[in-house]
Amino acid sequence: MHLIRLLLLVPYAGLIWVPFYNKRMPDLFGFPFFYWYQLLFVPITTLMIYLVYRKTRGDR
Amino acid sequence: MTAEIDVAALAVFVFFVGLVAVMGFAAARWRQPKTLAHLDEWGLGGRQFGTWITWFLIGGDVYTAYTMIAVPALVYAVGAYGFFALPYAIIVYPFVFAVMPVLWTVAKAHNHVTAADVVHGRYASRPLELAVALTGVLATMPYIALQLIGMETILHALGLEGKIPLGTAFLILAFYDYSSGLRAPALVAFVKDTMVYIVVLVAIALIPIRLGGYGAVFEAADEAFKAKGSGGILLGPSQYMPYASLAFGSALALFLYPHALTGIFASASADTIRKNAMLLPAYTLLLGLVALLGYMGHAAGLKLSNNNDVVPLLFKILFPGWFTGFAFAAIAIGALVPAAIMSIGAANLFTRNFWKAYVDPLVTPAGEAKVAKLTSLAVKAGALLVVLFLPTQFALDLQLLGGLWILQTFPALIFGLYTGWFRAHGLLAGWAVGFSGGTWLAWVNDFKPLHTLHFGSASVTLYSGLLALGANILVASLISAVLRFSPRGDRNPARAR
Repeated sequence: MHLIRLLLLVPYAGLIWVPFYNKRMPDLFGFPFFYWYQLLFVPITTLMIYLVYRKTRGDR
Repeated sequence: MTAEIDVAALAVFVFFVGLVAVMGFAAARWRQPKTLAHLDEWGLGGRQFGTWITWFLIGGDVYTAYTMIAVPALVYAVGAYGFFALPYAIIVYPFVFAVMPVLWTVAKAHNHVTAADVVHGRYASRPLELAVALTGVLATMPYIALQLIGMETILHALGLEGKIPLGTAFLILAFYDYSSGLRAPALVAFVKDTMVYIVVLVAIALIPIRLGGYGAVFEAADEAFKAKGSGGILLGPSQYMPYASLAFGSALALFLYPHALTGIFASASADTIRKNAMLLPAYTLLLGLVALLGYMGHAAGLKLSNNNDVVPLLFKILFPGWFTGFAFAAIAIGALVPAAIMSIGAANLFTRNFWKAYVDPLVTPAGEAKVAKLTSLAVKAGALLVVLFLPTQFALDLQLLGGLWILQTFPALIFGLYTGWFRAHGLLAGWAVGFSGGTWLAWVNDFKPLHTLHFGSASVTLYSGLLALGANILVASLISAVLRFSPRGDRNPARAR
């Protein structure tokens, strides 16, 4: 078990604590923080999975 | 919503839906197998779908037409709370990446076609297999009905009233599915998803320009909620736990549904699934942007009698007829793909875990395919009857219960992939408690998915499916522990993989 697999927990850590991102500011292109922060986690999640995929390929 | 028929819109709509119908029948010849009279071929497309086909298939399958109608409708009605679909569709993918390749490997090794096959292979328990299969079918039926409701919304927006248009669309679906099996929705998904991407990208680029930019869209929504006195573009403190627990519980449930698992089992390799866990979030981005259409409805000043009309009406007032027709075709075809895969998933369960288990254990692969084809017709007919003759709310309530129910198959299906500690009777008891307890929670909360727990003066509101899953796991653990430590032991321990 690679420790790098812990990266898979990053999206959970980032999204499960709602008060952290339930804010209007700072906004981005007219999007309140609540919206662009969650949308940003889409590419972050893909990146985390990609990193784990790359690093654990040798284990399979 | 009643509407005048727009000829350009209708012509474009009919052209694309007709194109897809032809493709559906032609799909039987696509990557042609030696025979389609085998459940692996009809029901799993030959277990050969590579990364891109799987991406289109699962993407077209779990981001349904109903999603494109209902998520913006919820956001239009209540605001930020409706956005829980976004974190939900994000956190599901680390789970898919970690767990689904393991499940695929087990299924491939033993030629399992359904989740209940996997459970039976693990625990050799017919009752537990039946519980998982029955839950799958029950959870899927209302989901198919919702797809038909989504299509009905679109047909009405086109000005096509009455039952005949919906019946026609249903017949197209039923027959191409019958003849081509999973190959049909897999091929059609290419067209559907390409159309949906075009429509959404155009909509999210052009509509805000027409309405004064995203800042103005959020402002207009904020003011509309303030005027209404409920909802808002941010969550209220009492909504934090419901938002997070709905996202988490729904994410755990999504890939237990038969239609999602069908997509998993039809993949060519475990690596196909890992790559898809990386690539499928692209659809989530789309979903998040589609949800914003609900706010654009406020910015455009729409006055709706039915919230589900927000997307169709937005397109009708902001775009020329031909593009509206194109968008409506994308959504209607978006209903056909998941409805086809759902009915195939349900038919596979019936065939493998009821027909083969109880009626005809010696059924040949060709016999299995035949039973599954007929079952898929029956499942679709059942969903159509529900939509035509029962109130829409009935299908919505059942769909909500379906999510809660399917979540109760989590311990039986997933735990066994990692440990042999649990016992079949424990898992069955846990399932029974979760299923009945969850149904009761939904009942006492008037078919809202949330339940409030009180601890003295403090209280917390959570997704009732998660509460039921907690009870399920607790009971499964306790009974398994008792069975493991009783002197006679368990005569029926989990098999080694």
